[in-house]
Amino acid sequence: MRLITRPLGRLGRQVLAALAMIGRMTMFAGQTVTHLARPPFYGREFLHALMQIGWLSLPVVGMTALFTGGALALQIYAGGARFNAETVVPSIVAIGLTRELGPVLGGLMVAARVASSIAAEIGTMKVTEQIDALTTLSTNPMKYLTLPRVLAATLAVPVLVGVGDVLGIMGGFLVGVGRLDFGAGTYLHNTIDFLEAWDVISGLIKGAVFGFIVALMGCYYGMQSGRGAQGVGRATKSAVVAASVLILASNYLLTELFFSA
Amino acid sequence: MIDLRGVHKAFGTNKVLQGVDLTIPTGSSMVIIGGSGTGKSVALKCILGLIRHDAGEILLDGKDVTKGDRDAFLARFGMLFQGGALFDSLPVWQNVAFRLLRGSLKRPKAEAREIAIEKLRRVGLTPEQADKFPAELSGGMQKRVGLARAIAAEPEIIFFDEPTTGLDPIMSGVINDLIREIVVEMGATAMTITHDMTSVRAIADNVAMLHDGVIQWTGPVADMDASGDPYLDQFIHGRADGPIEAVR
Repeated sequence: MRLITRPLGRLGRQVLAALAMIGRMTMFAGQTVTHLARPPFYGREFLHALMQIGWLSLPVVGMTALFTGGALALQIYAGGARFNAETVVPSIVAIGLTRELGPVLGGLMVAARVASSIAAEIGTMKVTEQIDALTTLSTNPMKYLTLPRVLAATLAVPVLVGVGDVLGIMGGFLVGVGRLDFGAGTYLHNTIDFLEAWDVISGLIKGAVFGFIVALMGCYYGMQSGRGAQGVGRATKSAVVAASVLILASNYLLTELFFSA
Repeated sequence: MIDLRGVHKAFGTNKVLQGVDLTIPTGSSMVIIGGSGTGKSVALKCILGLIRHDAGEILLDGKDVTKGDRDAFLARFGMLFQGGALFDSLPVWQNVAFRLLRGSLKRPKAEAREIAIEKLRRVGLTPEQADKFPAELSGGMQKRVGLARAIAAEPEIIFFDEPTTGLDPIMSGVINDLIREIVVEMGATAMTITHDMTSVRAIADNVAMLHDGVIQWTGPVADMDASGDPYLDQFIHGRADGPIEAVR
C-alpha cells in the first residue's frame, strides 16, 4: 500500500506547492495593479526604470531583430524556392517579424537582460535588509520598487518591439537586396503591400504583455529571494526561466486569441 | 511606552518567541541581549510589523501596533540596521533625507539636503561625504550614515540592531557614545539588540535577556552584574559552562 501512497503523496505535495506559487504570483500581480490607482507615485523611479528597461535594452533588441530579419529572408528564400515562390520573401519576413518573431525574441531578450537584473537587484536589497529599511521609512516596497518597474516594462517593451520590427524588416531588406537579387523598390513595395495594421498592432500588444510578465517575474522572485549569494542567484535564475516560459505560453494564447479562425 | 505581552512567533516548527513579556518605558534605553539565533531581531521586527507575530499583544502607548494608521505609526520610529541597509543607488545625503524627500514628511529638496548634512555632521561626517555613494564609505562610516538616517526625521523611538557588529573596538566605542548622546539629546525611547557587552554598558538604562524564546531576566543595567541569574551571569561573562548550551 505504501508503495502506492508514497509517490502519490509526493506528487500531491508538488501539485499543491505549484498551485500555491501560482496563487502567490497572481496575488502579487493583483497587488501591483491595484497600486496603480493609489498614490503616492514615484515618478523618478518610473523614469529611471524606463531608461534601464527601455533605452538600454535597445541595442540588444535591435541587433536581435536585425540578424533575425536577415536569417529569415535567407530561410524563406531557400524554402520558397522549392515551390517557385521566392517572391514571398519580403511579405513573409514582414508578417513573421511583426506578428511573431519581433515580440517573442524581443521579449525573450528583455527577459534575459531585465528580469535577471531586477531579480538580482531586489534580491540583494532583500538580503541586505534594504526592503525592510524602505518599510521603516514609511515607503511601500511594492509602490517604490515593483510598480515603477512593471509599468515601465509594460510601456517600453512595445516600443522596443516596434523598433525591432523596423530593424528586422531592414535586415531582411539588406539580405534580400544584397544577396538575393531583389530590387530595392520591389522589396519595399511587397513589404508594404502585404503588411496589415493588425499585424503590427497585435505584435505591440504582445510586447506589452511580455513586458508586464518580465518585470513582474523579476520583482516577484527578487522579493521572494532566499538568504545569501545563493538565494539571490536562485532568484535570478528562476525569474529568467519563469519569464521566458510565461512569454512563450502567453504568446501561444494571444496568437490563438488574435488569429484563430 | 512599548509593551510586549505574551508574544509568540514560530517559523514552521521552529518556535522562536514563546511568550515574550517586556515593557520599555518612554524615554528609556532598553538593550536586549542574548545569543545568536535567540530571536532578538525577530522581536524587534514584530514590534515594527515587519514580521507578523502569531499570538500575544504588542502595544505602543496602550494601542495595538497591528491596528490603526501604519504610516503614522512608522513615522514615530527610526531604525539603524545591522548592515546599515543603505540604498546603494542613492548618494549618502539622499539616504539620510529619504523620508524628507517623499511621503507625508516631504520638504523642498534644498531643505532636505541641509537637514541631511546637519545630521551627518552630528554623527561625525563632513559635508564632503554627502555626495558619495554608500559603497565608497568604510563600514564605520556606513554605520554613521545609517545612524544619521535613523534620526533624520526626529523620531520618538529609535531601534538599533547590532549597532557595533563588524566594527573595530575603537569605532564600536565611538558608535556607542554617539548612540547614547543622541538618545539623551533627543529624549527618545531606544531599543537596542546586541551581544556586545561593551555596548550594553554604554547604551543601556535597562537590560533584558532573551533566551529560549522568553525574557530570562530584566532590570536596570546597574543590577546586571549582581543579578544572581545563572543565564545572565554566564552570558555577560562569556563562559562556555552554564545553563546555556554552547556548541563546541
